[in-house]
Amino acid sequence: MIFLNYFISGISLGSIYAIIALGYTMVYGIAKMLNFAHGDVIMVGGYICFYAVARYGMNPFLGVAVAVVGCTLLGIIVERLAYKPLRQAPSLAVLITAIGMSYFLQNTALLLWSSNPKVFPSIIERGSFKLFDGRLSVSHVTVLTIASCLVIMGVLTLFISKTRLGKAMRACSEDKGAAQLMGINVNATISMTFAIGSGLAAIAGALLCSAYPTLMPTTGSLPGIKAFTAAVFGGIGSVPGAFLGGLMLGVIEIFAKAYISSQLSDAVVFAVLIVVLLVKPSGLLGRNIQEKV
Amino acid sequence: MTMKRLINLKRAEARKIYLTYAVVIAAYIICQVMSSTGLFSSSMRGMLVPICAYMVMAVSLNLVVGILGELSLGHAGFMSVGAFSGVASAILMQGTITNAPLRLALAMVIAAIFAAIAGFLIGIPVLRLKGDYLAIVTLAFGEIIKSILNNFYLGMDSEGIQISMITDTTRLLKGGRLIIRGPMGISGIQKIATFTAGFVLLMIALMIVFNLVNSRSGRAFMAIRDDRIAAESIGLDITKYKMMAFVMSAAIAGAAGALFAMNYSTIVANKFDFNTSILILVFVVLGGQGNMLGGIIAAAVLTILPEKLREFSEYRMLLYAVVLIVMMLATNNAEVKSFLAGLNPFRRKEAA
Amino acid sequence: MRKILTCVIILVMASAAFGAPAAFKLGGTGPLTGGAAIYGMAARNGAQIAVDEINAMGGDIRFELRYEDDTHDAEKAVNAYNALKDWGMQLSLGSVTSKPCEATAAENFADRIFALTPSASSAAVTEGKDNVFQMCFVDPNQGTASAQYIASKGLAKKVAVIWKNDDVYSKGIRDTFVEKAPEAGLEIVSETTFADGNDTDFSVQLTEAQTKGAELVFLPMYYQPASLILAQAQAMGYAPKWFGVDGMDGILTMEGFDKSLAEGVMLLTPFNADAKDERTQKFVAEYKRRFGEVPNQFAADGYDCVYAYCQALAQAKATPDMDAATLCAKMIEQFTTMTFNGVTGENVRWSANGEVTKDPKGMVIKGGVYVGLD
Repeated sequence: MIFLNYFISGISLGSIYAIIALGYTMVYGIAKMLNFAHGDVIMVGGYICFYAVARYGMNPFLGVAVAVVGCTLLGIIVERLAYKPLRQAPSLAVLITAIGMSYFLQNTALLLWSSNPKVFPSIIERGSFKLFDGRLSVSHVTVLTIASCLVIMGVLTLFISKTRLGKAMRACSEDKGAAQLMGINVNATISMTFAIGSGLAAIAGALLCSAYPTLMPTTGSLPGIKAFTAAVFGGIGSVPGAFLGGLMLGVIEIFAKAYISSQLSDAVVFAVLIVVLLVKPSGLLGRNIQEKV
Repeated sequence: MTMKRLINLKRAEARKIYLTYAVVIAAYIICQVMSSTGLFSSSMRGMLVPICAYMVMAVSLNLVVGILGELSLGHAGFMSVGAFSGVASAILMQGTITNAPLRLALAMVIAAIFAAIAGFLIGIPVLRLKGDYLAIVTLAFGEIIKSILNNFYLGMDSEGIQISMITDTTRLLKGGRLIIRGPMGISGIQKIATFTAGFVLLMIALMIVFNLVNSRSGRAFMAIRDDRIAAESIGLDITKYKMMAFVMSAAIAGAAGALFAMNYSTIVANKFDFNTSILILVFVVLGGQGNMLGGIIAAAVLTILPEKLREFSEYRMLLYAVVLIVMMLATNNAEVKSFLAGLNPFRRKEAA
Repeated sequence: MRKILTCVIILVMASAAFGAPAAFKLGGTGPLTGGAAIYGMAARNGAQIAVDEINAMGGDIRFELRYEDDTHDAEKAVNAYNALKDWGMQLSLGSVTSKPCEATAAENFADRIFALTPSASSAAVTEGKDNVFQMCFVDPNQGTASAQYIASKGLAKKVAVIWKNDDVYSKGIRDTFVEKAPEAGLEIVSETTFADGNDTDFSVQLTEAQTKGAELVFLPMYYQPASLILAQAQAMGYAPKWFGVDGMDGILTMEGFDKSLAEGVMLLTPFNADAKDERTQKFVAEYKRRFGEVPNQFAADGYDCVYAYCQALAQAKATPDMDAATLCAKMIEQFTTMTFNGVTGENVRWSANGEVTKDPKGMVIKGGVYVGLD
């Protein structure tokens, strides 16, 4: 039963990684860039949501909606100012710019919102469902996180496969030149992907802070790196890969903490990643080109 | 580097190498004079050794990123291995070798050996991968090294050396000393690193790298970087060459780590995290991939810059971020480049 | 270079010509940016209030305070220390966090600049240095006091400990607690850790404490992770007794914190912002007015440091024209003999090795406020 408890904790943690990883993987799939500032957009989403709910007394779900709008705008601005001018530049230059952007967002947050941690108001009532005479407890946040993750994953998959924009995204990720020849505005498509990824980051921020309710300017950076690892784990560029990678990373992390050593859990997570990449050099679902965004 | 080989080089190539040496030597002499005549502030004097260490790191990473063309996001890990093995061995030698410069040199050699071993072991799996996947695995190894060192204990008493993992189970006799204390790192380090040692290390690193680059192996590296398949088809043993560069780079990074650590009285594994790896990568990218002198200058500029921004207090790191982004835009975007050039005809001079 | 030289000359001349009434130059380093900024900012703000109060009194002792950012990193701390030295620092507040302070304390010792750190609590900070002193409680004492307190009040028999592996403060308290607990008749049934970057999910640690039947969970850590532990335990439906240390102070003043989560939490602390004495109330009111937040223990330590300096300088009849080495000798003499009363304790004394002695007070959180235990 304890095993099951740990498993559920892992899935819950993994769902958050998965939502963040979706943002990484979409941007990578299309723009072929590692957006290291993604974790910090999550942090900004958390703060917007916090202020909307705790300061202005908004309904939590409305608060999340405000955060989504805010982060989407932020994503568009960041992309326009820092990434778009570097479309033709070597990928390393873009990587460094993204890191600069990450520092920028963190330090702006520090100046705007101070370093004192804020306690995030839970989106839903804190508590848990008891199963098997209380031997298994599943907290409400866990259920919400897992459900949101599944919904987002489903909507995103439908969006990519059915809508015009989704198809344009897939085309761009396959072959930018050919896509352009077919009349797709590649630049606009890339910008759009950033906007969607940033909107998703806001939802991830709200869920992350509901499950682990403290909010600081550095809140996003570590989950960001972990989620990036998850995206690679599942095969970067692949939407189902990010989902699978996120869940697996969460479960491995919790199991490593519980059964191996709470001190070495990060080392175990990264060791598993290395082994997976050695067996499947492009991640678990990395070769699945049809699914590529 | 033999004269004969230099003469055989293309002129531009040789000029670049001479220029690099000349600039490094001139900078050393100027700094030494200013430091001894008291023209340098304490702040500048305090940064001389770390700047040297970062310059050596830039040279080391440039070998992997610039010459070999593979992205490494975990280079601070090798620095960390070097720092811990170097400092620990320096402490162990404290009683037997009383000459500080000699102890420093030996510690750096030991650090380089340990880091080279780490580089070899990590290179076996890493070099089988490509592109971003290779990059993420180096990141993973950087984190694993950090995690292991955070849980590693090493003590010494009259009976010998004791080692333990995760929790401190060493049973040291009275008078023994716990040297590496897990997450607390090493404390009470004798500060024996000097600017001159840093300069010598940088010169040695440059000689090794230039020699390697302009040898048969170096041409192989560049062939692999420019077209891996073509290089393979003419019978180059890609793994062997990649491993050679990787191990060499790790060894240099290890020596730099030992130099760096012995400039402070305390060192912890968390210092050598992902952010430090990225910092070194920024030196290389900003200085120009494959351009040793560029990386060296970038290392100096980016180490001094945050210190010079102190007067802006809270806005310091924000400004640093802005400068970083603007520099990347300025050096990589054609429009911004021409705009800046039009704005200020002396831009190049200023940047140097 | 000539430009810099000219600037320096102009500055020197300007300060000689228009110099304000002479003041002691007091400098400190601390994390003002990055993940640990909360501690550095608090200590700086607390010290700043004390400096302004003392200067406003218009006595012989005046201070000029300067804090430099060290981002909680030993390398940057030494850089920051050197920048302060260039500024002309005469007295030092060391560094706010332990590891950076170990590095700057070595410099303090070599340069003969006296240091009184507000909050760097590891033993290595003061070890072997005659001119480095601490304002905060030394870690190991808290572990012993906590174990004895829990046992003597019969709070629990089975105890779980969750501690932060890469934090000197947490590890120091944990080490002595684990050593003293069996002597006091406590059984430690579960001991789990976390570290930087792994400090959000505590489900494993809490599940283990719960299944091993711990009646009390000891939390030697700062309040930010503690608040997460309390929230997650409630979500799990686990409700043991909680026992914290001085780092727990501040939990009630986190913006948005649900105070009912901390109901019944016990802690030993030398400072609490709800104390009724006049000195504390005045400090808390001023801090709230200027910085819009309730001061935590770091702020209180920073505040006390400046007042301790003020007292020592007055007693030593020191003047701002003395150089750092002269002041250093005078301060060593004062600090090893004087008794100080501040917001973090009454009858505070220092031993020759720089460690402070003050009594922690037992507190329990009831109805969202601290109530004294005993």
